[in-house]
Amino acid sequence: MSATEENSATEKDSATENSSADEQDLGPEGMTRRQLLRHTAWFGSAVVLTVVGGEVISHVATPDAVAVPPEDPNALRFAQISDSHLGFKGAANTAVEDSFAAAIRQINALPQRPDFVVHTGDLTHLSTPAQFDQVKQMMGELRTGKVLTVPGEHDSVDDTGQKYRQAFGAGSRGDGWYSFDLRGVHFIALVNTLSLEKLGHLGADQIEFVRTDVAGLSSDTPIVVFSHIPLFAMYPAWGWGTDDAAAVLNLLRRFASVTCLNGHVHQLFTKTEGNVTFHSATTTAYPLPPPGQGTAPAPVTLPAGKLKDALGIREVTYRKGSGLLAVKDVRLA
Amino acid sequence: MRISLVAQRIPIATAGLALLAACGTTAPPAAGPPMSGMPMGTAAADTAPVTTDAVSIEDFAFAPARVSVKVGATITWTNSDQEPHTVTSSGTGGPLKSTTMNTGDTYRYTFTSPGEYEYLCTIHPFMTATVVVTA
Repeated sequence: MSATEENSATEKDSATENSSADEQDLGPEGMTRRQLLRHTAWFGSAVVLTVVGGEVISHVATPDAVAVPPEDPNALRFAQISDSHLGFKGAANTAVEDSFAAAIRQINALPQRPDFVVHTGDLTHLSTPAQFDQVKQMMGELRTGKVLTVPGEHDSVDDTGQKYRQAFGAGSRGDGWYSFDLRGVHFIALVNTLSLEKLGHLGADQIEFVRTDVAGLSSDTPIVVFSHIPLFAMYPAWGWGTDDAAAVLNLLRRFASVTCLNGHVHQLFTKTEGNVTFHSATTTAYPLPPPGQGTAPAPVTLPAGKLKDALGIREVTYRKGSGLLAVKDVRLA
Repeated sequence: MRISLVAQRIPIATAGLALLAACGTTAPPAAGPPMSGMPMGTAAADTAPVTTDAVSIEDFAFAPARVSVKVGATITWTNSDQEPHTVTSSGTGGPLKSTTMNTGDTYRYTFTSPGEYEYLCTIHPFMTATVVVTA
């Protein structure tokens, strides 16, 4: 089956596609059509699964998104890593520090140095001073212009984020949120892991910050939003959503292109709602089950040798005037 | 400049509000992406409390999710999960504030005044439960 068919099969309400395919012809990676549809349904619309040289897991196939040529000096380039969980000791990954080091090496080996690297939270597993120290030292090895972070709930286990802000909060506002502009793109980094409301929560102060922050921006400014917990309802029963995200998304509705990058769910997932595209990133530590598979989002121990297939880094590029950002997810080497 | 004419469909609010204390219930089957009308189990508030001073933490849930004790009783929480959890009062100003509980760790708290005490795990905030303290 062609890439185009995959894509059209998962457009919009992809849930309805799960039961519609009975064909047993094998698609890529030996999956039946039904399995593939189920699989791609979780990746959502606008993404075509591709495997090139065993590395690229997915890239956005939207016509507007053009991968920037490597030689373009004016292009925006950044990398996203997420959910490194330094300090985790479990069968799902007995060496999360090694995996994180591998992700850092992979970013440092990119042909072009990224403008910045953003870690979208759960830097540590249990917010201990030693874990914060270690993750900060390791990210100091990144060859990039700047290292950015947003906190995960594992980074604020017992102090509503005080140790996190001590380590990474310089220059941020409120509970650790901030915004900046780079190469024609406006970036907003949000904190939705501190107020405990079952789901992720932003709070009135942060929503007001976004309102003021975007007020003066032209509607054709591309917007990129970082958060740990998804800003869309990926699976609320496991806390994979943000209860007041709609307030922020409404403020961003007038913009032509909004890209929301999150972590938390330890797996790739992409979804488009109007002008907004959401991209959940994978982890550098250990996979979690697909939404609703099993009773809880507990770490999944994969068969020997399979772990690296579930881990990865994300490269994002953008050239001014080219519409959408190009998002490429790459397996851990 | 492109302007989106498509009204956004954001199911977060409805799905989120339907989620009250899903702990202790069976997760819905993996039939597809979350829908706003998906079954969310019985809200804890509708469940009769169990009279006990022992709460276990297993499979990302407090069990029983709603317990009842008399004033002066001490409740002991035991983490039987492989994952770390906390016992932390919901909102602000509540009395429950455990440190991170690893496998086998316990947390004890003695309730000195009657009332309903809602709590959750700060690492997995979808884990919620209630202690009812009676005079």
